[in-house]
Amino acid sequence: MENIQKSFIYGINGPVVTVKNAPWLKMLEMVYVGEEKLIGEVIAVHGDDTIIQVYEETSGLKIGEEVISSGELMSIMLGPGLIGNIYDGIGRPLKQVEKESGAFISRGISADAIDKEQIFKIDILVNAGDVLSGGAIVAETVETSLIKHKIMLPPNISGEAVEVRESGEFKCSDWLVKVRLENGEIYEVCAIQKWPIRTPRPYIRREKISKPLITGQRIVDVLFPLAKGGTAAIPGGFGTGKTMTQHQLAKWSDAEIIIYIGCGERGNEMTQVLEEFTGLTDPKSGEPLMNRTLLIANTSNMPVAAREASIYTGITIAEYYRDMGYNVAIMADSTSRWAEALREISGRLEEMPAEEGFPAYLSSRLSEFYERAGFVTNLNNTQGSVTIIGAVSPQGGDFSEPVTQNTKRFIRCFWGLDKSLAYARHYPAINWHTSYSEYIDDLSQWYEANVDKDFLKLRGEIVRILQEENSLMEIVKLIGADVLPEDQKLTLEIARVIRVGFLQQNAYHANDTYVPIIKQYEMLKIILKLYKKCKSLVELEGISVSQLSKTGIFDRVIKMKYDISNDELEKFKAVGEEIDKLEF
Amino acid sequence: MELQYIGLKDISGAIVIAEGFKDVAYDEIVRIILDDNSERIGRVIEITEEFAVIQIFEGTKGISLENCRLCPTGRPLMLPLSKEILGRKFDGVGRPMDGLGEIYYEKKMDINGKPMNPVSRRYPNSFIQTGISAIDGLMTLIRGQKLPIFSGNGLPHDNLAVQIAAQAKIAEDDNAEFGIVFAAMGVKHDVANYFISEFEKTGAISRSVMFINTSSDPVVERILTPRCALTAAEYLAFEHNMHVLVIMTDITSYCEALREVSASKQEIPSRKGYPGYLYSDLATLYERAGMIDTSKGSITQIPILTMPNDDITHPIPDLTGYITEGQIVLDRALSQKNIYPPISVLPSLSRLMKDGIGEGYTLKEHPEVSNQLFSSYAKVQDVRALASVIGEDELSDIDKLYIKFGAEFERSFVGQGRHENRSIEESIEKAWEILGMLPESELDRISPDTLKAHSSKAENIS
Repeated sequence: MENIQKSFIYGINGPVVTVKNAPWLKMLEMVYVGEEKLIGEVIAVHGDDTIIQVYEETSGLKIGEEVISSGELMSIMLGPGLIGNIYDGIGRPLKQVEKESGAFISRGISADAIDKEQIFKIDILVNAGDVLSGGAIVAETVETSLIKHKIMLPPNISGEAVEVRESGEFKCSDWLVKVRLENGEIYEVCAIQKWPIRTPRPYIRREKISKPLITGQRIVDVLFPLAKGGTAAIPGGFGTGKTMTQHQLAKWSDAEIIIYIGCGERGNEMTQVLEEFTGLTDPKSGEPLMNRTLLIANTSNMPVAAREASIYTGITIAEYYRDMGYNVAIMADSTSRWAEALREISGRLEEMPAEEGFPAYLSSRLSEFYERAGFVTNLNNTQGSVTIIGAVSPQGGDFSEPVTQNTKRFIRCFWGLDKSLAYARHYPAINWHTSYSEYIDDLSQWYEANVDKDFLKLRGEIVRILQEENSLMEIVKLIGADVLPEDQKLTLEIARVIRVGFLQQNAYHANDTYVPIIKQYEMLKIILKLYKKCKSLVELEGISVSQLSKTGIFDRVIKMKYDISNDELEKFKAVGEEIDKLEF
Repeated sequence: MELQYIGLKDISGAIVIAEGFKDVAYDEIVRIILDDNSERIGRVIEITEEFAVIQIFEGTKGISLENCRLCPTGRPLMLPLSKEILGRKFDGVGRPMDGLGEIYYEKKMDINGKPMNPVSRRYPNSFIQTGISAIDGLMTLIRGQKLPIFSGNGLPHDNLAVQIAAQAKIAEDDNAEFGIVFAAMGVKHDVANYFISEFEKTGAISRSVMFINTSSDPVVERILTPRCALTAAEYLAFEHNMHVLVIMTDITSYCEALREVSASKQEIPSRKGYPGYLYSDLATLYERAGMIDTSKGSITQIPILTMPNDDITHPIPDLTGYITEGQIVLDRALSQKNIYPPISVLPSLSRLMKDGIGEGYTLKEHPEVSNQLFSSYAKVQDVRALASVIGEDELSDIDKLYIKFGAEFERSFVGQGRHENRSIEESIEKAWEILGMLPESELDRISPDTLKAHSSKAENIS
């Protein structure tokens, strides 16, 4: 670059740096700040002043140091080698950072997301003379044992392939295909492309939501299912198990790629995910889970501006893999920290605050983020999806605060975590009264075709019993359970079986941490069979609920989640027979 | 020759504005020399080409627009460190206050520290025995954890912290040394003295480092106190492989100092007037707990905070709970029943516990027993609520058992003496004893195998 455009620092206030008289700086352009070349981004221009947020600690910066323009929007490098790695909020690989600065992260480290020198065995899939449109798949390579990486034309490039390499081993930065663009220029396609993190990657069209994201968690799959390409929020005060729930979903959901964003959360948690996921194996393929997982870590003591960017870095990577035809799920833990980062920067800019000091654009930023989820047909005619699961940490556990309320407007699946359930160590502490899923109707066809025709009917029964329990509990709280008539006592007892034996799930039990949908269905059937049988015994033969309890049948059903392992579904028959045999 | 600037433009609270003072860096420490040659320290909190905003730690009393000179030091606040700091007492910004002279330092470290790379962290999973049944059994402390005590004014949190410091023992002994770093922020003189005298009594003083900012010391210094303490802790843990327990009290005073400074900078407040960056700021303290690959040492934090009006949803306990790995909540009602330590079991939690207990760490049955205690005690609360409406006499037989169980649990499991040190085996045995009050059918969190193993063990003994 012959004329690098330089400007000079005029003012510093926390992560916000001001420069004067630099009209060439574009909004959202990436810049290098100061002698240490800290990475920053232009976030506002007011007359002569250009305002930059810096993604690293600014202590030690001085007035008059240089600010160098990069000419590009804030971008991330995309290509093979991303999966299985851990990055900071702006996409620097933390393992590389460790090599350069040791156990504590220093400033001004420049490390690309992808090692350009890394060699992959690449199969070229196009021939010279092919006319390629934006997003076309030109080559593929094995990225991990679980992921085939498709090398694509960047979405904004199209033309005729004029020169094509033979399949073989290449460095990430080697050209693979040369394309003649419309204007006659030659574009070299390599395994790496760049994409600005705040711009959604294009697709042909959105498809109708039709497939569930099976998570192996009973309360989710049965009561509040999430769709591939859908959006969900998990709000909960501290200690209610948000992170635990997110981890369970990251481990067991049937997405092909998981992107886990630790946004302003604990450092030890990221270490835990790294260690645990390397040791655990994927239930379908038997390969290490880390081979389909990518982590983005901006722990709560890392620079706040990078926290704001981490969400966008994550979703851009997700869209990139979606373009290859994968189903990608993003876990963002926690979006509240992201919103607080927005608030902090906004405060430094002295913008007019709206509710609780959050900027007025909080809701539009949230909607921009959640709207990047979807089930789409890609530019290359494959289909893929991005599913977003955002944790929300409401202040004081109060769901009426701005982040929870604004998030609720843009998601369609709400898993509200409940303090009292968590106190009783009922996990996942998803409250079945406050939670909802709008995807039930979209997914009904899938459930009918792939599980059973009466699945939704059974689900409805369960919901009804839980509702009834709720209203009965109002009475019990006032006068005790003893005065209820026997049939209502039975409802309470069955509701207990549902709560303890079905909704409560033990993440540390080998048989219970992940449950296939078919087993979930069998469990539902058994519970409702028990209900039907007991009901007839109580109503027709006048048997009391305490007599029924004495047979131990309720506990037998509750324990079936532990007794029957995931591949012994035939054992449900024996439980069913025991229920049939109940006699007095 | 040293650069000096004369003349201020504005003084407000602890903050001064100096015009044309631009040869300093953001966050740099500046010496302020008054006419009478007394010296104060300040920090640059904002600069532009035209002016610099400086926060003076000792306050602006006696400063006029003209009577002081500003000297940049060229770096952020550095703490001089060597192993000599053990057994010493420092003020809130790390100056010796015990009259034993300056530290001959081996190295100086920036008190702001640097974030730990998650890749370099070691995941904490070694159990620390505190000798307190409620903590060891139900919210186990793990080496490298940050586990705050949520308390209220007048509750015995200081006694509890001292007891933990005196009794803490690591199960596997790897010959590493122990150290205690104590940071007092805005505490009463009596409280500071209590800690000092208790540490002296137990002999812990020789392996502890104390940083003390009492409530009459300058407010701005309070913001630096925990940072000095944690820097000392990092030095001892990661340069000298020590296991360091950091006790910080009172986080509430720290946050109030932050609010005061934020208000004087005229920043836009968020909840209850606290600055919007309270979360990030607290995280820069709490996240300094942990262990790294390259060192055998560890930093375990026990921050103490007094919840204003006992309100756990107040921003300070709330944001703390989101960062720390659990919390120990003290309860006034229990304290009034004369139960010590008055730990309110249900809202208390240790997030790292699951990976540090059970076979190979504590006892095989520990996870099940602790789960059962939580769930049975939660049931006790329901029964008590019911009893308060319909009267205890009307309760069913099983509910009456629960009432008894609850009382006994609080009295003999949670409650213990101020110097009583129970081993984990004793604590679990106690738990079995109390659970024995309930019929076996109520123990739904304990597997039949564990129950069988326990009853046969009990028979063998008798």
